Amino acid sequence: MDHLDVLEQQSVYILREAYRHFERLGMLWSIGKDSTVLLWLARKAFFGHVPFPLVHIDTSFKLPEMIAYRDRLAREYQLTMIVGQDEATLAAKNTFPDKFKANPAMTDAEQAAARTACCSLLKAGALSATLNGTGVRRRLNLQTGVYEIENDRQPYHGVIVGARADEEGSRSKERYFSPRTKENTWDVGDQPPEFWNQFKTDYAPGTHVRIHPLLDWTELNIWEYIKREQIPTVSLYYDQGAGTRYRSLGCGPCQTPIQSTATNVDDIIAELKSGKLRNIAERSGRKQDGKHGLEELRRQGYM
Amino acid sequence: MSEAVVDRDQMNIVIVGHVDHGKSTVVGRLFADTGALPQGKLDSVRAECARTGKVFEYAFLLDALSDEQDQGITIDTARCFFKTASRDYIIIDAPGHIEFLKNMISGAARAEAAALIIDAKEGVRENSRRHGYILAMLGIRQVTVCVNKMDLVNYSQEHFDRIEREYREFLAGIGAVSPKQFIPIAALNGENLANRAASMPWYQGPTFLETMDGFIKAPPKVDQPLRLPVQQIYKFTAQGDDRRIIAGRIEAGRVNIGDKVVFSPSNKSSTIRSIEGFNTQPRTSIDAGWSTGFTLSEEIYITRGEVMSHVEHAPLVSTRLRANLIWLGKKPFLPNRDYKLKLGTAAVPVRIHRLLKVIDASELNSQLQKDHVGRNDVADVILETRVPIAFDLIADSESTGRFVIVDGYDVAGGGIVVESVRDDQDELRSEARLRDFNWVKGSVGLDARAARFGQRPALIMFVGKANVGKHRYAMAVERALFDHGRATYLLDGTNVLMGVDHDLTVDATQAELVRRFGEVAYLLLDAGLLVVSTTNAIGLADHSAVQALIGDTPSVVIEVDPRGVSVAPCDLRIRGDEPESEVVARVTALLTSRAILR
Repeated sequence: MDHLDVLEQQSVYILREAYRHFERLGMLWSIGKDSTVLLWLARKAFFGHVPFPLVHIDTSFKLPEMIAYRDRLAREYQLTMIVGQDEATLAAKNTFPDKFKANPAMTDAEQAAARTACCSLLKAGALSATLNGTGVRRRLNLQTGVYEIENDRQPYHGVIVGARADEEGSRSKERYFSPRTKENTWDVGDQPPEFWNQFKTDYAPGTHVRIHPLLDWTELNIWEYIKREQIPTVSLYYDQGAGTRYRSLGCGPCQTPIQSTATNVDDIIAELKSGKLRNIAERSGRKQDGKHGLEELRRQGYM
Repeated sequence: MSEAVVDRDQMNIVIVGHVDHGKSTVVGRLFADTGALPQGKLDSVRAECARTGKVFEYAFLLDALSDEQDQGITIDTARCFFKTASRDYIIIDAPGHIEFLKNMISGAARAEAAALIIDAKEGVRENSRRHGYILAMLGIRQVTVCVNKMDLVNYSQEHFDRIEREYREFLAGIGAVSPKQFIPIAALNGENLANRAASMPWYQGPTFLETMDGFIKAPPKVDQPLRLPVQQIYKFTAQGDDRRIIAGRIEAGRVNIGDKVVFSPSNKSSTIRSIEGFNTQPRTSIDAGWSTGFTLSEEIYITRGEVMSHVEHAPLVSTRLRANLIWLGKKPFLPNRDYKLKLGTAAVPVRIHRLLKVIDASELNSQLQKDHVGRNDVADVILETRVPIAFDLIADSESTGRFVIVDGYDVAGGGIVVESVRDDQDELRSEARLRDFNWVKGSVGLDARAARFGQRPALIMFVGKANVGKHRYAMAVERALFDHGRATYLLDGTNVLMGVDHDLTVDATQAELVRRFGEVAYLLLDAGLLVVSTTNAIGLADHSAVQALIGDTPSVVIEVDPRGVSVAPCDLRIRGDEPESEVVARVTALLTSRAILR
């Protein structure tokens, strides 16, 4: 077994434990490389099938390539594809891009606050509402390619998430199986013990458990695995000729591409191993992180 | 073009020890000295310290959570990624505060090797000992001890030697493996971490970094007997898939297509037909470490929690096991209460059969006079499961020799199995295993019979004193089931006595009567029938013996008790004056609720 096999086999074990114990299970799919690897691992675990819905929180500011790619894979893999969105906030134009348009003279501090507030609504809030069923769920009709209102509004008990421990401080504290309260919050200071491969699979009514099969993977492992398995990824990760590419995918207005001429998976692996990205934090292009920003969002339920 | 993907080892190392002995400083300084930090991380933490007027500490790099920086202690296990020339590491920084022992365990349970940090000035403290015990219990055998803050004791060799001696004695006392290496370090100055220290010329051993690179990656347990705890049976019907796949991870050993395999505790057997996978090369053999799936040549009815093995090296099966455990629950572990035991993939009700001793984990030589196991206590107990479970002793097979105990919704304790303890049904269970493993099967299997009859076999036992109406009710129930199209048989104890038991003298042991009755019932159940039994010779007290012989075939016990004095547990108790139609209706409802009838 090589190191990718070891990581893969542990992730598969975790996915199967999740499937066995959580009657209402969903997997968050951000369309990024990590959760796409997770989707692939689910097909490994269940012998080509994905026996639970994939949930995408669409802020409406995602880059269009991401949405096209999502729907293409959903139809190709015959996925149960659920999309949630904070439609009220979007209609009220209570978002960072709307506020910034209205007031382009915002100071950096004001911008940072507006970005965090926007994430808090469009991501953390919409995620919480979609998971507990208070928000509208839309489901992709695999025949017509159209999203239709989903009648099933039952809350999810188990939510599989592609968080990696090496991304930033607070994620390095996660368990493979990590409980969330009724309010969708994470009590970082009081987490259950995780002995060997015995996980927290019992949960009180109203609470749910976040499941993290990719916790031990690094960014490099992800790309090595994408290469080995030939997993399709969004074109935004590659330089299309402008000398830039995205290293991590989020919303258009809060995301800056990095300077890079990597045009394929091999180039990216080379950059990570020995090239210019070796010592630069992955989320450095994400503007909402800052001091305690992401940890605060994560306590609120952001993935 | 780029270089090829080079396969590099990845190793998990946990850093443990008493609070404030400098674990996070060791890791933070190691990162800084080896250039392992992402650009900007060190600067941003330094800037943050400057802004808030705090003195910079390497520990801040790791204690990234807000609570931790405010309190200056690690409250959770943090994982950081780190590489040396020879391999990649995941460094797990575990908290040293007693409050967060369960977090320390979560970190340590994932580790393959450990570094235990002891403050040279403070010496061996309560969590130095407690963590040492836990590492041993978790099965971590590669341990290095770093005696930190040597600068505070003037780099004194005598001081270092004293701590080494004291700690080695402690570990020997609890039967733990003695660490290969004790290293004197001063983490804040980076001495003997990545770079050799000029301040301690008396120390000629390796640096901490060299010791880490010397840890050996344990190979998968391919050479041990096969163990595959069944995770689940899949039958995904989407897109025309008709495979019935037994899924699980091979924890030890190897298995090939064509191998005969047995499942414990049900004692069912079959042959491996195929090894399944997605986007992989076809295989004829697979071994330890792989989360895989199989189809079987003969379909058998098995469930999650069973352990697949080869027949000659099957795991132990019992309801009693002696264990060492550590309790972390907010509420104590009490006798006379049901908990849930999770071992391998099995989950069964469990309670304390006997509490042998309770130990204060911070001293480990002081036995407490307690009738329960309190938070952070260590205990030696005999556990009793409600139904038989397959397991191994920790010395024979790690993954099937350790367990957790769930209290309510929470994992509240964990431990290892040190001994199998005989229970009352031990002999009958051994007889049944030997019989089942060597059972010569016909060409019509249990599944084929179940499909033909539209039912799974079950035993419906009427028990009670003579002349209370058992026979009458048993006949009515059999008749009703038969009339509804079921395949049934009425097993009357008198018929067994007159025939099979004919050679027994009047003073024959009750045990032999029960054994023969159970074996006869087993034959009828193997024929796929719903067997309704009535007998004076076999009572409620004999049910568990009968169950041991019929294995995982479901049974229900109905006691007829006209005087209403019996209190022993059974599935249904009647007085004997109820109309037959009522008893038939109640038994039918019971069978339906147990999913015996559908």
